[in-house]
Amino acid sequence: MSIDIDTARKVAHLARIRVAETDLPKLAEQLSGILTFMEQLNEVDVEGIEPMTSVTPMRLKRRVDEVTDGNYQDKILANAPDAREGFFAVPKVVE
Amino acid sequence: MSLNKLTIAAARDGLKKGDFTAVELTESCLAAIEGAAALNAYCAKTPEIALAQASAADARLKAGEAPALCGIPLGIKDLFCTKGVASQAASRILEGFKPEYESTVTQNLWDAGAVMLGKLSMDEFAMGSSNETACYGPVVNPWKVDDRQLTPGGSSGGSASAVAADLCLAATGTDTGGSIRQPAAFTGIVGIKPTYGRVSRWGIVAFASSLDQAGPMTKSVRDAAIMLSAMASNDAKDSTCVDFPVPDFETALTGDIRGKKIGIPKEYRMDGMPAEIEKLWNDGAAMLRDAGAEIVDISLPHTKYALPAYYVIAPAEASSNLARYDGVRYGHRATLGSGEGIVDMYEKTRAEGFGPEVQRRIMIGTYVLSAGFYDAYYNRARRVRALIKRDFDLAFEAGIDAILTPATPSSAFGLGEMQDADPVEMYLNDVFTVTVNLAGLPGISVPVGLDAKGLPMGLQLIGKPWGEGDLLNQALVLEKAAGFTAKPAQWW
Repeated sequence: MSIDIDTARKVAHLARIRVAETDLPKLAEQLSGILTFMEQLNEVDVEGIEPMTSVTPMRLKRRVDEVTDGNYQDKILANAPDAREGFFAVPKVVE
Repeated sequence: MSLNKLTIAAARDGLKKGDFTAVELTESCLAAIEGAAALNAYCAKTPEIALAQASAADARLKAGEAPALCGIPLGIKDLFCTKGVASQAASRILEGFKPEYESTVTQNLWDAGAVMLGKLSMDEFAMGSSNETACYGPVVNPWKVDDRQLTPGGSSGGSASAVAADLCLAATGTDTGGSIRQPAAFTGIVGIKPTYGRVSRWGIVAFASSLDQAGPMTKSVRDAAIMLSAMASNDAKDSTCVDFPVPDFETALTGDIRGKKIGIPKEYRMDGMPAEIEKLWNDGAAMLRDAGAEIVDISLPHTKYALPAYYVIAPAEASSNLARYDGVRYGHRATLGSGEGIVDMYEKTRAEGFGPEVQRRIMIGTYVLSAGFYDAYYNRARRVRALIKRDFDLAFEAGIDAILTPATPSSAFGLGEMQDADPVEMYLNDVFTVTVNLAGLPGISVPVGLDAKGLPMGLQLIGKPWGEGDLLNQALVLEKAAGFTAKPAQWW
């Protein structure tokens, strides 16, 4: 399966990474190279094999649903590029 | 001998006897760091924290209540969040990020009395095998045999370079596909990736959550045992971190491996393997046999598919994990032009903040998870992963105690030499190590010899799940028999 320039543009947008139009051909070529490498997986007979979800057979731990942490809004916001009045600030998202 | 050259074990004993103080030991490391700018190993130095921790360690030593790593100066990979200290995974997107919290592993180390010298460079988001994707510029390997500057390997390249050049007594690393073991092999040091779940991942910047595991990078096998016991813990903040008691791994180092069955997997004998690596492997097997182990030829038939499976699964998980870097909560945010909205902000921020290799992996991950390809790529890779794990399960069920393989397909290569290579060529560095992450097993790289150029080469031992004690003991036997004592000549 090779990736054409339109697909590369679409993937870049899905990944929310801006790629200049002039860089798309090289990107498409590199992504295609990587996917070709992955094609080897088609040689393996995986009939009846369940996809692995966890390396160690384990049931995820359960805990009581209660608040055990929190109340440090200033710490949460300390690294924000733009924080105002106790909130993260972003460009307008609603018209 | 300068104090910075000591092992953890020797420093621990010297501190307890009062031969020197933790402050003296720390100052010796800080001086070595100041003189090693050419290696570019440290991306943040924390001398004030180090000296304060060292003074506190001296007080505890004086009071006779020294914990396991009391006064031991360590370097910390930039992937670990350290409170109030820059932690940016060697990425521009986390520029200026100072965590308000401490990772579980580093907290465990400070609780054990260790001293933080600073943060160590790495490949950006731990994606790379040469340390050339770091936003701080490449780390240089202290080993040098001609005009070229060599890579220390990656992604834990700063850790490997710093340990090999005695810029700390030991360092933390993380390993998703070989990022502890490959750089350890390239720099002539010891590195162990524990069983998945042995060490908490909480507070470590996530790359591929089902594969990531932290471990120690040290000057000896004994040091790895001491440091791993201090790093590991039970942790409610990481639901995949197990509740088993943490053993004192040092007590497992008996040096007796008589009767142990060591498997030699035929699939690791790759076409075009350098004769020196093959000889090293045979020599390593002979050393273990001479120590009373039984060497058994085994087969791990799906080995060949580990690398392609890994390069589906790891980018898929990375694309999901790295979605959080959106310019909203921390790190870099792009400057927006008038009329640009939130999607522009995401796209520009991520284009500016992520380097080319990270971008490629996010996009590959996005592609293999996208509608229409999920089954063909991602689910198929996870099925193959199950088969790779089954290969190991069957070998262990058949009585094999550990598996011996080369750690890397070559010794360290020159910085810049892979620049024009296809991305896949760089991925081949992980060929002997990724299987271990896919199967969640512990693996250790031990320096065993020098190649004709004079560069270190390592062998890898792979152990049973939760069998780090036995694995370290086998590694100790290999280390003793190999008698690897070479150090890089100081040129920096």
